[in-house]
Amino acid sequence: MNPGVGEIEIGTPAASTAEVPAGEPLVEVRNLKKYFPVTEGILLQRTVADVKAVDDVSFEIRRGETLGLVGESGCGKTTTGRCILQLERPTSGQILYDGVDLSGLDQKALVPFRRRMQVVFQDPYSSLNPRMKIGQIIAEPMYVHGIEPNAAKRRERVAHLLSVCGLNPGFADRYPHEMSGGQRQRVGIARALAVDPEFIICDEAVSALDVSIQAQVINLLEDLREEFNLTYLFIAHDLSVVRHICHRVAVMYLGHLVEFAPTDELFDRPLHPYTRALLSAVPVPDPEVEQARKHQVVRGEVPSPINPPSGCVFHPRCPIAVDTCPLQVPALREVRPGHWVACTEVREGERPGQ
Amino acid sequence: MALLEVEELQTHFFTSAGIVRAVDGVSYTVEEGETVAVVGESGCGKSVSALSILRLIPWPPGRIVGGSIRFMGRDLLGLSDAEIRQVRGRDIGMVFQEPMTSLNPVLTIGRQLTEPLEAHLDKNDQQARERALELLRLVGISDPQRRLGQYPHHLSGGMRQRVMIAMALACEPKLIIADEPTTALDVTIQAQILELMKDLTQRLGVALVIITHNLGVVARYADRVNVMYAGRIIETGSARDIYHDPRHPYTLALLRSVPRLDQPRRARLDPVEGQPPDLTRLDGGCPFRPRCRYAIQRCATDYPPLMETGPGHRSACWRKDDLEPPLRKAS
Repeated sequence: MNPGVGEIEIGTPAASTAEVPAGEPLVEVRNLKKYFPVTEGILLQRTVADVKAVDDVSFEIRRGETLGLVGESGCGKTTTGRCILQLERPTSGQILYDGVDLSGLDQKALVPFRRRMQVVFQDPYSSLNPRMKIGQIIAEPMYVHGIEPNAAKRRERVAHLLSVCGLNPGFADRYPHEMSGGQRQRVGIARALAVDPEFIICDEAVSALDVSIQAQVINLLEDLREEFNLTYLFIAHDLSVVRHICHRVAVMYLGHLVEFAPTDELFDRPLHPYTRALLSAVPVPDPEVEQARKHQVVRGEVPSPINPPSGCVFHPRCPIAVDTCPLQVPALREVRPGHWVACTEVREGERPGQ
Repeated sequence: MALLEVEELQTHFFTSAGIVRAVDGVSYTVEEGETVAVVGESGCGKSVSALSILRLIPWPPGRIVGGSIRFMGRDLLGLSDAEIRQVRGRDIGMVFQEPMTSLNPVLTIGRQLTEPLEAHLDKNDQQARERALELLRLVGISDPQRRLGQYPHHLSGGMRQRVMIAMALACEPKLIIADEPTTALDVTIQAQILELMKDLTQRLGVALVIITHNLGVVARYADRVNVMYAGRIIETGSARDIYHDPRHPYTLALLRSVPRLDQPRRARLDPVEGQPPDLTRLDGGCPFRPRCRYAIQRCATDYPPLMETGPGHRSACWRKDDLEPPLRKAS
């Protein structure tokens, strides 16, 4: 019997993402911290507390892989993505992109890196300027980075990008409001591709789409990865989608990385109690599987990141917490090859609490 | 007699772009204590059909143009405004998707909970307050005494949804309509709220109409499932029928397009190609036809009615008997 997910049998792998690329790291995140100050007073603002959005997170993304970053609202997954792009300056820690520490660079020195990293946002309604035509939206990054200064060539490239993303090149003359959600998300992807990036952060890029359209966009992202040798950081909360598209998965909770493993390893053998609770909460579209399944509903809610619990941040909700959990933040340990977990109660080769 | 009988309901929106046939001939019944799920994607008319039951469609531009809605034998469409107000919140409770926008931000939780009690059940301050405390305890809110004095922004999303459920249950309704009750919530909180709703509806014998786009959510909780597309119910049956033996190509395509945790990972997903139709430009044929792998000549001219395919299982497809099973055999 397979476990982890509360009595459901996790299917065996048959996907192209079962093999984790062994390449060198493209992005390294080292001891990343991002605190947002909470201030009081109007004229003389004093910092009274910090929101610890990301608290000492380290991982690396290998060239050619899709790394999933999952967790619930407020766990810091989006902030981590924004720090990698330097849209937020980290409080401390390093972001190494191809060996260069981005956090030490000024805006001007960042420009060549911005061309290599792009982002696709969640909401295709608010991330496209409603007053610009689709063609202008896609041409804008080329203009900014001085790619294709020739206007006719630029138009040609826009048409090419639209067709690569499965849209009619005639859409270049339309406005965003004339398009559906799925089509808009394809425009967002075409815009990201306009500068020939090697690394794209997909921040909940398919979450707002209806299921029938979601599958179309997921297939598109996978095709583009093959065609342009892209590396993705796929930030999402939908675990079934993450399992489908990612090579490796990092699980975050309240600003901390709690588990990190190759996709099949993580879903077949989730070790951290939080990961196990997350998997158990995902409903399966099959009434018989669901009836037979025992849900371990985790109690309580995510605590405030302003005043997080001491020690392991998950301990107040954890079913297997022991006396020592509130005392010390558990370090990530490699318990099986490539499988890292931040829980002191996990032993190699066995599941906690059994 | 069923608790709720919706017959040939038509709700249209009269816009500058034309008439949007958001709900175009929907019929279904809800028995006492039963949980019925209405499933479909954005714009299929699932929310509009539910709001129509309570006559919450704003005019202009929307209007119920045909059909009947009978609740405990009463025709809701024939009631005066004052009479339908007595039905809303008392006989039929509501839970909406976004608990932040559906609670009043400037009133305390206590005030919002006691208001329906005073309005519908003529309770005095003291009685209403006691009942409010009881309700908060019922939906699993800790420290209810303190919560009564708090405002919605003090509460997390999951707590607010619990308060919404408490409000819906306040006057002991026979039916609760929940429109995407867990869509805005995180998955662990979603599991808590669904378990709570299942437990309460069973314990109190309340019927539930749950509207959702998430096929997983309803698998566990629904007795019956109605699948909607382009303003109509295109398949209806028990949860088992719908998930194991779908008889409409759209239901089949929906089930196949989502990755599942209990199935092998596939190299490719199997999406429903194309886009949903423009509801101002429906012709006489089946609206799913341009995206359908099973479409035949007849689909272009005749709209298929809901036809029996088994006990309590009906599908609006001419080729309902030719479909493949939902799960491909593992190759």
